[in-house]
Amino acid sequence: MSNDVAVAGVGMHPWGKWGKSFVTYGVHAARAALADAGVPWTDVDFVVGGETVRNGYGGYVAGATFAQALGWNGARVATSYAACATGAQALDTARARILAGMCEVALVVGADTTPKGFLAPNAGERWDDPDWLRFRLLGMTNPAYFALYARRRMDLYGATQADFAQVKVKNAKHGLHNPNARYRKEVSVEDVLGSAVVSDPLHLLDICATSDGAAAVVLTSLDYALRHGLASPVKVKAISTVTPTFPNTIMDMPNLSTDSSAVVGVPERTFKESIGHAAYEEAGIGPEDVDVAEVYDLSTALELDWVEDLGLCKRGEAEALLRAGDTTIGGRIPVNPSGGLACFGEAVPAQALAQVCELTWQLRGQAEGRQVEGARVGITANQGLFGHGSSVLLAV
Amino acid sequence: MTATPAIEGWFTTGADPALLGTRCTTCTTVFFPKADGFCRNPACGGETFEEVALSRRGRIWSYTDAQYQPPPPFIPPQAEGDPYEPFALAAVELPEGLVVLGQVARGYGVDDLTVGDEAELVVETLYTDETGERSIWRWKPVQELGQEADA
Repeated sequence: MSNDVAVAGVGMHPWGKWGKSFVTYGVHAARAALADAGVPWTDVDFVVGGETVRNGYGGYVAGATFAQALGWNGARVATSYAACATGAQALDTARARILAGMCEVALVVGADTTPKGFLAPNAGERWDDPDWLRFRLLGMTNPAYFALYARRRMDLYGATQADFAQVKVKNAKHGLHNPNARYRKEVSVEDVLGSAVVSDPLHLLDICATSDGAAAVVLTSLDYALRHGLASPVKVKAISTVTPTFPNTIMDMPNLSTDSSAVVGVPERTFKESIGHAAYEEAGIGPEDVDVAEVYDLSTALELDWVEDLGLCKRGEAEALLRAGDTTIGGRIPVNPSGGLACFGEAVPAQALAQVCELTWQLRGQAEGRQVEGARVGITANQGLFGHGSSVLLAV
Repeated sequence: MTATPAIEGWFTTGADPALLGTRCTTCTTVFFPKADGFCRNPACGGETFEEVALSRRGRIWSYTDAQYQPPPPFIPPQAEGDPYEPFALAAVELPEGLVVLGQVARGYGVDDLTVGDEAELVVETLYTDETGERSIWRWKPVQELGQEADA
């Protein structure tokens, strides 16, 4: 039996700093996705919202918030939270209900309104919360974690700051014509290296901004898709939302330490490797089958980590791939044709869905100005706080 | 006046300070910060732990610094109105098989650090509040004599 579901429609609200409510963005994206699918809102029998933790109670119950804003239609509702992987977890919830035969048409929406500057924990003293303690005891910001990973690439594999800058240069070029991208401007290696160092070795332009934005996906059963004239839709082949396997030996945000491997031994795969591996396994394909990837470039160096974690090249070889132009549109395995977080900035609950939107356009051949020619299989990857991560495999 | 630890029970002070973790009495896996109540090794149902002082030296897993002042609840060490002074951070792998983050000892920056080099735990002042100085563990690079001259 096929475990596929159809991506009937996708839609976004452009990323930026628009000064509006996350509900406004979410409804915009939802209506765009419904219009793209040609599905009336009244046909939607399941709504899943990606929770935003920065927008009060309405954000905590995002699914209901969007359902009310679109006009109560009696659909079942769920709200998901999985940090940066929120959108993928929401998508997986919708997929599971469709595959169980418990709904036919699901609308998945993620939207956020973000503050300027470093993402900081919620207010209040919380001495048992690692996300609070890392700031109080260490001053450990998100970019500092990204910098730890970047430094390891330099000391272990000979990466340079110019390599990291080149990732930004590539992604800036990819995103130039993406109407949903916030930053649409060419950047040079000199621009990156000339920007302020935030956390050595990462410069300001190596690190993604935080943005307002929204993305939405209409998922349907294959039966429904057929009945509505979608003979060969983009299909979800796999959604991986695996947790780490003990011991998690890579320093993960927001933790102050890793698990100890002394008694149990180091697991076969790191957490990030296991995220992609589970997606490949579920879809029954391998990295060699992938034509395009959207990966979570919270920092430029993290894109290089992901290229390896997804098995698109061997460990320590991502810089060589980048330098050869293999990850540029037109290359062997284009990475982040949307422009990635470098061009978008992060809108947490929307970001994993934005990756799915981009791959859907790529696989349909509709990614104007950034099309990966002939792409038939695409994979996403992302990681969030507290053992969350996701990978979605799409194919047409 | 002696500084008070910024968090109680996480490290010892004195001449040879050390981080305080717990060891599961069933499977012997070590945890820092302290695990309490239930063992996180999925193959172990242990519920009792003994306090254990972790090794004071380890190998640098990675490192960075904070060139901009982190947001609250970080408490800046400098007096109000004084300029912010960047500090370095390191993740250090201990013989107990785990990696622990910490700020780097005062006076050392990223140029003094390399992945794989040795670092040692020290305790220094993190900030001063109305109760006085509050201390924290930090990682100090162990530089053998003449090491700087090596390539």
